[in-house]
Parts: sequence; structure tokens; C-alpha cells
Amino acid sequence: MSYRRRASPLHAARAAAGLAYCGALACAALVLSAPLALAAVTAAIALAGVAAGVGRELRRAALLALPLGLLVAVINALVTRDGLTVIWRLGDLPVLGHTDVTLEATVYGGVLGLRAVALILCGVLYTAAVDPDEVLKLFRRVSFRSALTATLATRMVPILIRDARRLADAQRCRADRPPTRLQLMRASTSGMLDRALDVAAALEVRGYGAARRPPRARPPYSRHDVAFLASAAAVLVLAVGARLADLTPFSAYPALHVPVHAGELGLAAALVVCALLPFADRRGVER
Amino acid sequence: MSVLELGHVSYTYPGASRPALREVTLRVEPGELVVLAGASGSGKSTLLRVASGLVPHFHGGVFAGRALVAGLDTREHGPAELAAAVGTLFQDPESQVVMGTVRAELALPLENRGQPEPAVARGVEEAALALGIAHLLDRPTASLSGGELQRVALGAALAGRPALIVLDEPTSQLDPVAGDELIAGLRRLNEDYDAAIVIAEHRLERCLGLADRVIALRDGRVACDGAPAEFLAWAVAEAPELATPGARLLAGAGLRPAPGVKAARATLRDRGLLPDVREGSCPPAFGDRGLLRDLAEGSRPPAFGASDRRRPPGEPALQFSRVWHELREGPAILRSVSLTVAPGERIALMGRNGAGKSTLLRHAAGLMRPTRGRITASGRVALLLQNPTDYLVHETVGQEASPDALEAAGLQPAAFAARHPREISVGEKQRLALAIVLGDPGASPPTAVCLDEPTRGMDRALKGELAQLLRRLAGAVIVATHDPEFVAAFADRVVLLAAGAPIADGATAEVLATGTYFATETARILGGAGGALTPEDGVALLTQAGRRPSLPSEPVARRLALGRGDGSPAGDLR
Repeated sequence: MSYRRRASPLHAARAAAGLAYCGALACAALVLSAPLALAAVTAAIALAGVAAGVGRELRRAALLALPLGLLVAVINALVTRDGLTVIWRLGDLPVLGHTDVTLEATVYGGVLGLRAVALILCGVLYTAAVDPDEVLKLFRRVSFRSALTATLATRMVPILIRDARRLADAQRCRADRPPTRLQLMRASTSGMLDRALDVAAALEVRGYGAARRPPRARPPYSRHDVAFLASAAAVLVLAVGARLADLTPFSAYPALHVPVHAGELGLAAALVVCALLPFADRRGVER
Repeated sequence: MSVLELGHVSYTYPGASRPALREVTLRVEPGELVVLAGASGSGKSTLLRVASGLVPHFHGGVFAGRALVAGLDTREHGPAELAAAVGTLFQDPESQVVMGTVRAELALPLENRGQPEPAVARGVEEAALALGIAHLLDRPTASLSGGELQRVALGAALAGRPALIVLDEPTSQLDPVAGDELIAGLRRLNEDYDAAIVIAEHRLERCLGLADRVIALRDGRVACDGAPAEFLAWAVAEAPELATPGARLLAGAGLRPAPGVKAARATLRDRGLLPDVREGSCPPAFGDRGLLRDLAEGSRPPAFGASDRRRPPGEPALQFSRVWHELREGPAILRSVSLTVAPGERIALMGRNGAGKSTLLRHAAGLMRPTRGRITASGRVALLLQNPTDYLVHETVGQEASPDALEAAGLQPAAFAARHPREISVGEKQRLALAIVLGDPGASPPTAVCLDEPTRGMDRALKGELAQLLRRLAGAVIVATHDPEFVAAFADRVVLLAAGAPIADGATAEVLATGTYFATETARILGGAGGALTPEDGVALLTQAGRRPSLPSEPVARRLALGRGDGSPAGDLR
């Protein structure tokens, strides 16, 4: 999974806008705890991914994230001793001791799992829809070398994966018995060092060693830049505002308290609408 | 002012026992296109690294003498400072492309110089247009093919219009079409930008026709420095391993070598050995390649015809039956490939990058499974992948393969067994990897041996040795390669792949003599006459045509077409 330019409003927006948008959604997922509001944020992220043309990437990530979320929920239900409504008495279990599964711990575990899913999907949306090179540019003025090192590290990962695959294929072709893991690790480490030296030489001849701080650039704001920055601000205000105004009162312990009222329903709807509105305007999305 | 000026430059790598460069003195003037020639280890890459400042700043070692790049002394200015004056392109594009998208890659050198955004955008646009990669600008670099990556890396080297561009075997990983395109693109840039270009290349026939000057290195010293024609005359006399096939053809016929196919043909025309179509002296039939081939057909050795190939005698060593390989949510890499390989057959798989050659070999060796169709082999299939270093995981050569296997691959166990596998030469690594995949000859010799691009980065002498070694192997041999000269030296049969399917399958002379890109230089010069592929075939054809008593009144050109060619594919690249 990596960034590829697609014809979508999110891809057409500048990296700062994309970064702010994904950041606001992640922030909303962290700030909100009420199941309905959190579900709305998760749905907004998933729909934004579909609208940005990276639905396939999100679906693939969801296949990994959902079991992880489920695992979080199960672990919380098993290890948390809080909650008054026992729904399953498991008795004495090895390691865990006396275990009663409560409704409260199960629901709260579900909320934690859902938050994990939302954050993973948000990370995938960012990776697939925000140009990492543009993000690098954003941070270049602050610390050019750290930003480039971070980009290089991510660039080296697919190269090293390919190298490792090649090495494994070559070992499958040996006529005699395959080498031990230790021998393989030594060979692959040596190969990595060679590769890193090559990349370092390439960077040197591209002038990296004498890199200067770039002059400040002020490109004009496109309609998509404005839309996603506004959307990010709206999502952030809604999430933080709802938390401060206690619009989504949710408490799991000691007894489950999940009141669903018009304000929370309105908040959920507003979050989804605000997150998806920028995708309505598809003018000039292709570069 | 010269863009590159070396004065008595000597250099020894850290830990090396002998210098890589010795007392090298030369100048490169603005706008010159210079080809660096020399065998592997002669110092070509080191010289280019001196020009880019990597020697001595990046590699360390002992440096003596003086090197000036666009007036900057490389002892005082490192590679990053020199980057504004010299653009550098190495052999492996994978390691040179560091950014996520093509646009960012082209912008990086300009941004490193602190150029304002409009200047960066303009530089990116110009470099992309100059190399025809504007359509790739927003593509992620991870999704590019080897040829595309190489052009992007060249674009990054060009961005900002350096006065000097140095390239280390830039075509070694490209198919003939992409390689020719790259060289032609370089010439265009050289003319448009007035940039001086220094290019190290083993396949000299690819670039000599466009070069202004050739510098030959031997054992770290400048052995020849002159115009391409002067270099070829020197190479024929002093260093035959550097002479191009065309030069050897003309020299063998008693003519002065000329660089490039066009000049060689002109030389032959001047001597009446090729028809002059401009004067209309050529009989209409001569221009008809089919008739020309028919005329020469009777004199050729019996080709391994297609009909015979479909029914090989006995059990085939390897058989592909309607093999498909379709990627999930992607293209079909192989499309209904049916191929029968007879025991002992020598086959070359050719085709553009991405044609399916490597995939076919991987299927043969069982590294990949077909999504449709069947592959059957009468025994073990050995596969030597592109990078021999991937096979080397032990501390000594002796631990990598048994003495018998080493001997079968042409390595003397007594001389190599105790050495470290990563410290031996490129050609020796290739042989060691071959010994590893072949295994002990006494145990279970493979019925088929597949090699994927085994000649990458090899000089002509090493290729010749490899061709001889492959011809000695007992089983069937299938080699995927872009190198027609190597194919002419080793193969009996050529299968040409395009878009995952064979588009030509015939005797080597049949396929290579009639192609344009997939053809040897000799075949291109002689227009495929007599099926001559190697300079030796061509010389025999020219000599015989000149002697033919039955056609005294006809132009020699016509006799050449009728002449009896020795299409034997076996030969020595040297």
C-alpha cells in the first residue's frame, strides 16, 4: 500500500490540507467515546476513502483491523473486573483467575476496538491519499535532513522487501540443502548495507550533502485546499465542542450509561456530512 | 574551460592492493560525447566517480593528482557541491531513485540547491519533456519498470542542466529498444543542452556511432584516446576484446573499421559489397528481404525448423502447454505459452522488458505456478537468477559448492575454495552461482538449466567465456537475455516474446538476421544476408562472395546476397 495520485478531491488538495483533514478525523476518533459518535467517525473515514478512490486499500486494511479491534474487545472483556452486569461466568481460568465477563467491560472493549479500527483506517487513508513527498516539503523548512531521512526510511522498506524476496527465491534454487537462518540473516544484512551505501552515494550526487533551506513558497489555495481545510476545522470543532459540552454522555462503569438523544444523533450526522462534503465538488481533480 | 580535467590522477580504494587508476591525464570539452571503453576492472567506474567527486570523498582511499570539474577542484569540493556541475547516473536505477513520486525525484536536486519553487517546477518540466517522461510525473516510483526508473534517474541527473553528465553502464538493464532510445536521447540532450557526456559502456556497438571520442582504459591507465574510428583501428590491432562486431567484420574483410552500422554499411557500399539503393543499382529483388533470404537459404546450415520443433525426438527436457500467468486484478504476464525444449537444446529467450521472459523461467523452475496450463520436465530444472550475489551466503567458496560442482562451472577448487564469495570478480561470482544451482554433477544433474540475464554488466571477454561454458553443459539450456551478440555465440534457437506470448520461434540465424532491434550488429550491417550473425560469419560471406567465379559480371553486392553463408551460431564473442 502506497501513495498513488488519483483523480479525487482529496488527492487534488495540497498535502497540508490532506494532513489536516486526516488529523482532524483521527483526533475526533480519539476525543469521542460514545459508540454512536465513534461509529459515525469510522463510517466517515471509510466513506471518505471510497470517495477518494482508495476504498480497496481501506477494505484490505479493514480485514486486518477488524480482527484486531475484536481482539481488543475480547481482551478488555476478559481482563477488566469492573462492571455490574455479569453476562458470562467463566469461573477460574489459568492466568486470569476468577473471570466474570460483564456487559460494561464488553461494550467498553468494543468502543476501544472501534477506535483502533478508526485510527488504522485513518492512517491508511492518509498513506494512500496524501503525497508523502509534499509532506516532506512541509517539514523541510523545519528540519530538512530529518524529514528526508524519514522519507528515505519509508522508501527503503519496499526495496528491502524486494531484496529479501530475491534472496529467498535464490535460496530455493540451490541444488543442495538450503542455508540456515543465521547464514541467511548475515547475507541479507550484508545486502542491506550494500544497498544503503548505494542509496547514500546517489543522495550525495543529487546534492543532499550541501542541501540548503528552501525559500518559502506560497502557492495559491485551490477550491479543494479550502474545502478540506474547512472540513478539518469543522470536524475538529464538532468533536472537541461535543466533548466539552458533554453532548455525548457515555460512561461504561460501573453500570452502562449510553443515552442516545437528538443532540448526539445530530452530531453523528454532522460529522459524516462535514467529512464528506469536500468530495462533492469534483472540478479540477485530475492533474 | 574544460568541463573535466584530470591531471596525473592515481587512486587506490581502501584496502586494495593495487591502484584502480594510474596517472590518468585527460580533458573533456563542453559539448563532447565521450565513450569510456575497457574491460571489467579497467577503471571506468572509478574514473566516473572521480568526476562526480565520490572519489575520494565518499569512498576514501589514496588519491593523487588533480581533478577539476567545471573549474572546481574535487579535493576541495565534495560530490554535493559538484552536483550542480555534474549529473551522475549509475548502473542500478533501483538504488538511485529515493523519492516517492517521479515529480519529487526530479525536483530533489534542484530543491537541494535551494532554488525557488517556480525554478524547481520549470526544471522538472524541462527534464521530463527532454526524456519523454512527462506522463510519469505523478506516478509512484515504486510502480515503475527498470527502463522507466533508469530514465527517471537520468532526469534527476539532468535537472538543473549540469555542464557534465557521467553515466556508468546506463543500458545494462535495458532491452535493446529501451537501450537504443536512451542512447539516442543522450545524443539529443548533448546537442540541445550542449552538455558534455561521458558514458562507460560494455556494448560499444550501441553508442560508438554517436560518440565524438573514445577513451579506452586498460589496467587503470589511458590506453587509447581518439575519435571512434581511430579507437576501433587501435582496438582491432591492440585490444580485440574491445573491438565491436562491426569493426571485426570490416577488419576481417580487409577494410578500415568504421563506428556504427550506418558508417559500416557506407564503407561496404563504397567497396561495392553492399548495393547502393540511392543510385538505383540494386536489383529490385535485393531489397526484398524475403527473396534475399530465399536466395541464401540453400547455403545455410539446416535450421531447427518449427515443424521439427513441435515434434522433438524422444522425451522433451521441458514442456510448456498453454501456460498462462494472470495476476489478480492485474494483467496476464504469460498468455498461452506452448514451448517444447528438447534435451541438449540451447535456447535464447528474447523480448522487451516486461515481455514475460523472467516469469517463464520462474515457472520452469517451479518458483511460480501457472494460473492455467501445465509445465512438465523430465528431471530437475536449475535456475540462475539475475543477481548471482543473492546465492552467496557462506563464508568461503568451498562452503557454497562442492569441488566437483565448482570444476563443472569452470572454477578451480584449489584456487577458489578458501576465498570469500563476495570478494571474487563478477564473472567468477556468476560461475560460483552456476555451480550452486547445478549442484554436484555426480548426484542429479539438471535436465534443463535456465539463466536470467546472465551477461548484465559483463565485458565481451567474460561473455565469451560464459557462452563457451554454457555450450559445454549437458542438459538443455534456456537463457533470457537482451544481448544479441551473446545469443549468436551460444544459442541454437531463439524464442522472441512480446506481451507474454511467443511471436517468433526459430533458428538463431533465422530470427536474429531478420530483426532490427533483436539483431546482431553484423546482421544489421549486412541486412541479414546469408543469415550471418557473427563477424566471422560475415567475413566468410564477404570473402566467398568476392571470390564467386560464377557471377563475374554481377555487382559484388548481388553476389553477397547469393553467397554461401556460414550461419553456425557457435562462436566466440572475443
